[in-house]
Amino acid sequence: MTIIDTNIPAVDNGVNVEALLGAREALTAAPPAAQFNFSATNEWISGAHSRSTVNGFFGLGEAQSHRQPYSVDTDHPEIFAAADNGPTPPEMVLMGLAGCLTAGVASVAQNRGIQLRSVKATVAGDMDLAGILGIDPDVRNGYESISVRYEIDADASKEELQAVVAQSQKRSAVFDVVTNPTAVVVEVV
Amino acid sequence: MSNQRTTDVVVIGGGQAGLAMSRCLTGRSIDHVVLERAEVANSWTNERWDSLRTLTPNWMSRLPGFSYSGDDPDGYMTARDVAAHLDTYRRSFDAPVRTRVEVTRIRSVGHGHVVESSDGPWHARAVVMATGACSTPHVPAISADMPNHVSQLTPIAYRNPAQVADGGVLVVGASASGLQIADELSRAGREVTLAVGDHVRLPRTYRGMDIHWWMDTIGQLDERYDEVDDLARARRLPSLQLVGSPERRDLDLNAAAANGVALAGRLVGRAGNRAQFSGSFANMCMSADLKQQRLLDRLDEYAATHGLDDELGEPTRPSPTAPGAPMLDLDLRSIGTIVWATGFRPSYPWLDPALLDGRGRLVHDGGVLTAPGLYVLGLPFLRRRKSSFIDGVGPDAQELSEHLSARLGQLVRS
Repeated sequence: MTIIDTNIPAVDNGVNVEALLGAREALTAAPPAAQFNFSATNEWISGAHSRSTVNGFFGLGEAQSHRQPYSVDTDHPEIFAAADNGPTPPEMVLMGLAGCLTAGVASVAQNRGIQLRSVKATVAGDMDLAGILGIDPDVRNGYESISVRYEIDADASKEELQAVVAQSQKRSAVFDVVTNPTAVVVEVV
Repeated sequence: MSNQRTTDVVVIGGGQAGLAMSRCLTGRSIDHVVLERAEVANSWTNERWDSLRTLTPNWMSRLPGFSYSGDDPDGYMTARDVAAHLDTYRRSFDAPVRTRVEVTRIRSVGHGHVVESSDGPWHARAVVMATGACSTPHVPAISADMPNHVSQLTPIAYRNPAQVADGGVLVVGASASGLQIADELSRAGREVTLAVGDHVRLPRTYRGMDIHWWMDTIGQLDERYDEVDDLARARRLPSLQLVGSPERRDLDLNAAAANGVALAGRLVGRAGNRAQFSGSFANMCMSADLKQQRLLDRLDEYAATHGLDDELGEPTRPSPTAPGAPMLDLDLRSIGTIVWATGFRPSYPWLDPALLDGRGRLVHDGGVLTAPGLYVLGLPFLRRRKSSFIDGVGPDAQELSEHLSARLGQLVRS
């Protein structure tokens, strides 16, 4: 006899957890397939305004591509005497961090059987412009600190949601890039 | 080959795991020898710092056919006490230990194995590697990037604060070893920075009982390797942030900070004169606090459902980890010594590399290696959560000696 408890609705955060767990298993067995390379191109338009585009990337042992190319314009705001044709690059970093953490929240919640109804993040970074303007050599160019505040509506306790967000940070690529040093090589060809 | 000796089983290592296996084999009347590189319980005698005490209470040192008989069951043994405990155990059944014998190689020959050693070769039908999980300190690759003026130590070489060179100390790793060493150095008046990664925080006692009493009582320490969701992760779990002390004090990041230890994130790099630490510190603390909270909730639930609430103290919760903003970088010119408390990796230099996986780790199923007749004992979560504890190696030794005995029986019939 099979008993199906119809009182427990299936959790659906739009995440295919089975596929992700399958990928984890497959890439454990074949480590070279896990080697990915992501890239973007960037073209200057005018002033601080430029356009970055992603399309192809490498992974699973071969060239891959997005469904279509995606572009984002970045610029500086008018108070910096610029045209403000898009977010500033440091704001793109905040957007990238929030996008990465939220994707993790959805996945981890799905894996833990937590149905999400809404997830809102506010991400903020403190920056002292005395750094990038060269006023004070002891001030760094980048954010001195970043804060992320999540408001989540879901069938789970506050502690369960805190644990979901904590696990999302542990598995986030952008969180790692932002919190840990990365060697960067820039050259002119 | 004229001096080659023959036995049924060679056990490598004369610590708690090797002696537990020897006791089980003795009980089954299986001929064997225990080869020990130095003296019985050598790691405990010669490779631990002066103030170290066990993380588990004295009553939790049960071994097959042996248990604690002293007058302080709730105390914590010093390393010397552990060595004496194990030596008494050895004498209790006259374990066939050969000391000062270094194993150099294990070769498969026919249905058996030849164990080559500094005392000549032994031919055996089975070999049990019981050299423990904590013989070789793991030092991360970044240690090679540290400036020349800095002395580098591991917990095996650390003895006491007087031994540590002048200047500040950076302790890397905040599990039991790193936290205890950082706290001791800071209380001795040294400038100490502790680099904190993933860690497991627990109070020494909860509702009046030792935390290990709780974990033993609720059955958590008996969880089996074939029952946990993610065995690889369970085996990697860092040691608990605990200290064994006569006053049963708590030792967590809050306590260390109150004693003067400066806290930083995980050590991730060096840029010029500066050591760099990860900005993930807050999440490391939050994760550990949440995990502790879940365990304590589980203990309260157990107490309620088993009618223990009247006998126990009131439920309380340790304060959240609140160390303030962590240090993100540190001037290495102020540092005289780095202590790498970054865990241990078992090493088997005498073993055929084909028995290791691509990352140099031993391939085994609950201690049974892929090569017939080879076994390993005493590793974290080998067969149950308590496998690497003095108190936990016994059941593993019983089960593996049963497996081994069955195999020897098959060999006799074949």
